[in-house]
Amino acid sequence: MDLSSINWLLLLASLMVAATPILLAAVGELVVEKSGVLNLGVEGMMIMGAVCGFIIAVETGSAPFGFVAAAVGGALLSMLFGVLTQFLMSNQVATGLALTLFGLGLSALMGQGYIGVKAPGIPKLDLGPLSDLPMLGTILFRHDAMVYVSIAIVIAVWAFLKFTRGGLILRAVGESHDAAHALGYNVIRVRLLAIAFGGGCAGLGGAYLSLVRVPSWTEGMTAGAGWIALAIVVFASWKAGRIIVGAYLFGGITVLQLNLQAAGAKIPVEVLSMSPYLITIIVLVVISADRKRAAHNAPADLGKSFHASH
Amino acid sequence: MKLTKLLASAALAVGLATTAVADGHEKTKVGFVYVGPIGDGGWTYQHDQGRLAVEAEFGDAVETVFQESVPEGPDAERVITQMVLSGADIVFTTSFGYMDATNNVAAKFPDVKFEHATGYKRLHDNVSTYDARFYEGRAVLGHIAGHMTETNKIGYIASFPIPEVIQGINSAYLHASKVNPDVEMVVIWAYTWFDPAKEADAAKAMIEQGVDVILQHTDSTAPQAAAQEANANGGRVFTFGQASDMAAFGPKPRIASIIDDWSPYYIKRVGQLIDGTYEQTASWGGMPEGEVVIGEITDEVPAAVKAEALAMVEAITNGTYHPFTGPITKQDGTPFLAEGEVATDVQLVTMDFYVEGITSDIPN
Repeated sequence: MDLSSINWLLLLASLMVAATPILLAAVGELVVEKSGVLNLGVEGMMIMGAVCGFIIAVETGSAPFGFVAAAVGGALLSMLFGVLTQFLMSNQVATGLALTLFGLGLSALMGQGYIGVKAPGIPKLDLGPLSDLPMLGTILFRHDAMVYVSIAIVIAVWAFLKFTRGGLILRAVGESHDAAHALGYNVIRVRLLAIAFGGGCAGLGGAYLSLVRVPSWTEGMTAGAGWIALAIVVFASWKAGRIIVGAYLFGGITVLQLNLQAAGAKIPVEVLSMSPYLITIIVLVVISADRKRAAHNAPADLGKSFHASH
Repeated sequence: MKLTKLLASAALAVGLATTAVADGHEKTKVGFVYVGPIGDGGWTYQHDQGRLAVEAEFGDAVETVFQESVPEGPDAERVITQMVLSGADIVFTTSFGYMDATNNVAAKFPDVKFEHATGYKRLHDNVSTYDARFYEGRAVLGHIAGHMTETNKIGYIASFPIPEVIQGINSAYLHASKVNPDVEMVVIWAYTWFDPAKEADAAKAMIEQGVDVILQHTDSTAPQAAAQEANANGGRVFTFGQASDMAAFGPKPRIASIIDDWSPYYIKRVGQLIDGTYEQTASWGGMPEGEVVIGEITDEVPAAVKAEALAMVEAITNGTYHPFTGPITKQDGTPFLAEGEVATDVQLVTMDFYVEGITSDIPN
């Protein structure tokens, strides 16, 4: 094995890029689940964001517009889930799964004319002297803007949940919607806002795939990233800070295993290939082993429908 | 007459009528099962082009149906069965992983014809297999790659360790090392036919480790885009279109392509089914049959190299050159082909070893 052929600085840099889509989707889903709603449609919303972002970016020639459109597209699709589960009281698990299937199909339809089209490039941020720092410059300060936006969103979500009144209300709704309702909070409205935010974030994550990481439109391009994002929320035990750890760990192992293969590591490829998923499962098992703590971390009313007449 | 009897005879009559229609129906229904979306721009896209060619050729005489993104496994069996129950006369299953599913369903429907791509199992009389000699195209790409690399590292994004893929890696390496003995083959097994993000990551990992020519045996255009981005940032990376021409990424990084053209085969087989000359076969066409085509070689490739590549295409097409011509030694040092000896088809379809010079191991 020739590990010296792996450029570890570039590897650390590319793990941030590889992790960004799932980071965005996971932080959105965290907010949704904190409000007591389980939306399994992350994959569908991601791919909607991917196609909406791509179409608008191509038509306007501007990647930033594309990202805005992706957030809107993801949020709109999530509203379908919102209306079904919040007003019509449909089962959240079934509706979420349906949303994924619907999103995959609808995005394929919308993207028909955009196969093989090139996306407009997204300019690298010029961070001046920071980019020239030895080591750190390569790893941290030579990315596109969305990498920093994704981290900023995570920090904002963390601060929102921890320090603001709005965050307290959101958590209250997730822990006990009846109590929150009795206090006069509009449970449905809070949850719809959370769902829309989750959809928007998932859309951004999808657009990061279609506009930066791949970057072109192909059907089914999210290829399961949405499910990983769902796992990472549990992995992070519903804590915003740990979302970053989870996403970067997953992204890191994904990139590392490819680099190890390219370097000719004498580890069976099958093991390398499944390692990101294996590690995710192991961590989930470790976290869930302590039942009391696991139950304590999950929002108490997660996945339960709310009706004001109860 | 009792009501039940009346109903029973009515049902029987309807049953007979439908049978008669089924026997005498004019349209031949042709089914296709795809592993990816038809918009993947690669493998499945090309199969779907073949389906459209069948429609264009036979017009109203055929009706085609397809199902895309069918997972390889139990789901495939369900989809194929469904397709047969809905009246398909012939079903093309277009991925290696459908091999057992195809044979299982074929056992239940002896009157329906099944065609499995890239497999080798024909357990029943109504199962045929077909494949294309991709290694012929890989030889040409390997030749170009050997000339184009400056870092002497050629990357190969591989899907699954099956003979078809291993043939491609060996063929590309043999012809690259023939023109450039210092060439090193860097193989990454993606364990997927289609995952754009993973393919992009694999390409990036290669580029970061100094690979400057990338071949792929996965279906998306993501590696092309990754190379394009590297070039935009001052890199010098070349790629080859895979399965489809991927001309949008030319003239650089995409400098040539290996195109699968299934149209001739599909038209031939459906035509045979219609005129009654259909027989079970194990088809393995290549450049002579027009099933493996080298796409335009761009001007990034020096004229002399381009001419050599075209000469190789010509030689393979007219049968004067076989990409696996000895002397060839296996990776472990045992001889594979003696001087002047040509690999037999059996040797090729069971190929489970790298040739001498490739340093990594094949996962098993």
